[in-house]
Amino acid sequence: MLEIQGVAKTFNSGTPNEVRSLRGVHLELAAGSWVIIIGTNGSGKSTLLNAVAGTFLVDEGTIRLAGREVTRWPEHARAELIGRVFQNPFSGTSPSLTIEENLSLAALRGRGRGLGWGLKQSLVSRMRDEVSRLNMGLENRLENAIGSLSGGQRQALTLLMATWLRPELLLLDEHTAALDPKSADLVIALTEQVVARDQLTTLMVTHSMHQAASLGDRLIMMHRGQIIHDFQGAEKRRLRPDDLLARFEEVRRAEQLDESAAQMLAEQYI
Amino acid sequence: MSLLIGTFTIGFILSLLALGVFISFRIFAFPDITADGSVTLGAAVAATLMVHGTSPILASLAAFGAGMIAGACTGTLYTRFKINSLLSGILVMTSLYSINLHIMGQSNVPLLSVTTLATQSEQVAVKLMKGATTLDLAGWEVSVRDASLLAAVGLVVTLTGALLYLFLRTNLGMAMRATGDNVQMIRALGVNDGNMIVFGVAISNGFVALSGALLAQYQGFADVGMGIGMVVWGLASVIIGEALVGTNQLGTTIVGTVMGSVLFRLLVAVALRWGLSPNDLKLITALFVFCALIVPQFLRKKRLRIAHA
Repeated sequence: MLEIQGVAKTFNSGTPNEVRSLRGVHLELAAGSWVIIIGTNGSGKSTLLNAVAGTFLVDEGTIRLAGREVTRWPEHARAELIGRVFQNPFSGTSPSLTIEENLSLAALRGRGRGLGWGLKQSLVSRMRDEVSRLNMGLENRLENAIGSLSGGQRQALTLLMATWLRPELLLLDEHTAALDPKSADLVIALTEQVVARDQLTTLMVTHSMHQAASLGDRLIMMHRGQIIHDFQGAEKRRLRPDDLLARFEEVRRAEQLDESAAQMLAEQYI
Repeated sequence: MSLLIGTFTIGFILSLLALGVFISFRIFAFPDITADGSVTLGAAVAATLMVHGTSPILASLAAFGAGMIAGACTGTLYTRFKINSLLSGILVMTSLYSINLHIMGQSNVPLLSVTTLATQSEQVAVKLMKGATTLDLAGWEVSVRDASLLAAVGLVVTLTGALLYLFLRTNLGMAMRATGDNVQMIRALGVNDGNMIVFGVAISNGFVALSGALLAQYQGFADVGMGIGMVVWGLASVIIGEALVGTNQLGTTIVGTVMGSVLFRLLVAVALRWGLSPNDLKLITALFVFCALIVPQFLRKKRLRIAHA
């Protein structure tokens, strides 16, 4: 479904602020799989998601999605295949538009937009059904501006918008990190529902070890722009949050070792 | 009374300008200076066409189209060539000065002996009134010419305002509004935001040029200098309109913008009557917009200070 091959990206290349965010990432996702990405800060996990979404074009490597080579496609063209939910609850909705207007924009994701009337009766009644399933009482407030809603409500709506038309790939970028625990649980429950219902191929970045252990059928761990662990099948199911923390600790120690070794070498030879 | 009617008429005409500024500044948050040039562009195109015998309605529509082209140029400079939005507008506005002179062939085109929307609406009204030249309006004696002009302009503004409202609620119009609101989201939903901005700035300048075309027909001439300061004028109207209606619902803000334009023109007429020199008008307008931009910040700070105390 998704094939990422040898993808590399360097930001600010040639300047003192050069950051090699992705260094040759290989990843293949089977259709219907739900892959969790974890990693330290700056490990490139969000960058990988953005590379797939087309926020920037990669320096090297190819990205194929649903049988199509999308490496050079601009962001808005890839939206035809991809549904996204962002970390910031304010990023996924248009605050001054109403709930129904936002949803009607999502109902045409990746399609041409002409002078057709945006809020057809059939569409609005489907909206009422879908929104009432969120159990947030929003179905009677479809004409309210989204800017007046809470972060959790907006994130739930963003998830609904991202999956309104079944996407070939769903990208979730720490989509509960900015929410209070209760809203986060709710949004995670909704995510599980919709992914299971539509059998969505999903790539999800998270900071929560609990989510990483309990969700998905495969987990990859990134460090310094590369994938350093890939747990699948039974191995993934056995993983507990503590195991993941232990892996992080390993990475940290290796890092320290690297640094102290480098320092020793520097002292001896320079 | 005829002064009041004249004030309303100009207020309505300039409300189209205000709607144009509303689209660029408020919907797209795009500070578009092109408007100063496209007011004149609309006037120049319409006046020149009418002098050559084109019907006033066609000439006004052509002005709208010319304004759209000018706006599309600004939008393209901004999106394709990554030139700063203000500078894009300044570049197009400056080049429009020469273009307008070319279109008109001179710095001023009089329309006194030409068929315009003004003369046409007067003819229709005189026919309706069976030859009377004045009519009784709630006890006031009003010349048919003035009243018919106001009615015609009011009709045009109502029509274009309604069209704008309907357009902004189509799939395309909603995508445009969302582009100004949240670019990240609209890209993720598959909309080419650059195209939306080009199109939006084009429509904005279409409105502005139409306003210029009507203004030329009302005052009876097109002049190469008539656009100076129009952006600030439009912005003042938008700000007053927002203060008047107070909500951010689409329909009410459009109505508010029109009301703001009329009210602002009314305030200006009163000030001029009280002896304000017309030379100071642009200075006062700029000061007004300055205050309108500063006061909310000032109030917020004050409220914060009170909250902290």
